[in-house]
Amino acid sequence: MPDPRRGTAIPGRSLTSAAVERVFREEYGRAVAVLTRVFGDIDIAEDAVQDAFTEAASRWPSAGLPPSPAGWIITTARNRAIDRLRREASRDDKHAQAALLHAQDEPLEVGPVRDDRLRLIFTCCHPALGMAAQVALTLRLLGGLSTPEIAHAFLVPEATMAQRLVRAKGKIRDAGIPYRVPAEAELPGRLRTVLAVVYLIFNEGSLTRPELSAEAIRLGRLLATLMPDEPEVLGLLALMLLTESRRPARTSSDGVLVPLGSQDRARWDQAAIDEGLALVRRCLRRGQPGPYQIQAAINAVHSSAASVADTGWSQILALYDQLMAVAPTPVVALNRAVAVAEISGPSGALALVDELSLDGYYLFHAIRADLLRRLGRDAEATLAYQAAIDRAQNAAERDYLVQRRDSCAR
Amino acid sequence: MKQYMLSVYHPETSEPPTADFEQSVKDVAALNDELMAAGAWVFAGGLHPSSTATVLRVSPGGDVITTDGPFAEGKEVIGGLWIIKATDLDSALEWGRKATRACRIPVEVRPFQEEV
Repeated sequence: MPDPRRGTAIPGRSLTSAAVERVFREEYGRAVAVLTRVFGDIDIAEDAVQDAFTEAASRWPSAGLPPSPAGWIITTARNRAIDRLRREASRDDKHAQAALLHAQDEPLEVGPVRDDRLRLIFTCCHPALGMAAQVALTLRLLGGLSTPEIAHAFLVPEATMAQRLVRAKGKIRDAGIPYRVPAEAELPGRLRTVLAVVYLIFNEGSLTRPELSAEAIRLGRLLATLMPDEPEVLGLLALMLLTESRRPARTSSDGVLVPLGSQDRARWDQAAIDEGLALVRRCLRRGQPGPYQIQAAINAVHSSAASVADTGWSQILALYDQLMAVAPTPVVALNRAVAVAEISGPSGALALVDELSLDGYYLFHAIRADLLRRLGRDAEATLAYQAAIDRAQNAAERDYLVQRRDSCAR
Repeated sequence: MKQYMLSVYHPETSEPPTADFEQSVKDVAALNDELMAAGAWVFAGGLHPSSTATVLRVSPGGDVITTDGPFAEGKEVIGGLWIIKATDLDSALEWGRKATRACRIPVEVRPFQEEV
């Protein structure tokens, strides 16, 4: 049986299976969300949607795409699930009987007014679930990634990821985690969790797994469509777009990291920058700044500068001061010190960096090394580069740091 | 309606009651009143220390053996519990938040299995 979650599309050969794949990417989350509401059960919804896509994969190549592929998938999934549940209910399966009863009272409507995907994302990112489970559920149910794909992306064995998903879905069902958008009073805190999950997915993909970053941006766009009045939602989307715009320039042809200051800015993705800048301007007009919006604004200053020298560093420093006021973390303080170095020189910046306890973080050592090098303290810089190399998370970072260390030690 | 157990985790020490203890007792009583008024109350009670516990188990020979002491020695033990009715985990957690504030110590929220 073909698994519709796998890339079955063959470019230039089978347009229709590419179309099935595209519908799958775009509509899987919506279909699972609608059917979870209809049946009150995530597993039933997932099985039904997969059945429907399997049927689409065998039917559409000869019959052609239906007028509304998403509607076809949802209706087919519902009918298949009801057929199956009726068979199970007749064998006295209480769970199936309950799901059928649930389905009788729920309309199948798909409308902008009550988008079920929003409920689904709040359920996946419920604070009673651990962060790893929140991330896995979001990618699985909203993004339609297969369990092996998620396991691969997070470098864990497939069995571990499968177990994590089963356990999380079991807790949603047995502990009664509700399927709804939180009430006004709870919304800010709950939304912070959702945004943190999306941003974590984005960052996981930052260097070596672009498909995860693309998925995070897709989720970010979805949230921005569903919650257009939440400035932090727009801020996160802007932050991701502006960061992603530099991907083509972020590694050299031989896979070595290229830091912001040395990047060929002509290679930045201008369409992503334009979209990101427009979102930042929308945020500024609302005047309710938050951590994601401020980080987006910092990135917007970089994106608007023709070179490092042309960068509005005092504007960036002011934004970091604002960020420190709302999110005073050592990592923010470290990045602020980089702006201080550009404005008032490396010595004051080094004093700020040395106050931070970020020993496990490679960038702390890399930034310290760079400041020491600029102060002519090459021996100390070499040691700091080595500390950064020992803590680097991937080959691109490591190769870059080795180059820097060697040029310093020479 | 689902049922949830809110269990209160005490450190296994016999520290003297703090100055706050009396207020805590009042807060717990107030929470019980609130649970009853909301129709969410099923049961609540505090337990004597785990040193008063007795464990029973069936031996390989089929007899029931009685031993002194708690089943598992731990740094924290259940000191009391509520059983409440709630529509879903969110409303159970809302009661749990009030419970941990009233008791000043951690509270675990756990669902009961549905009646079959």
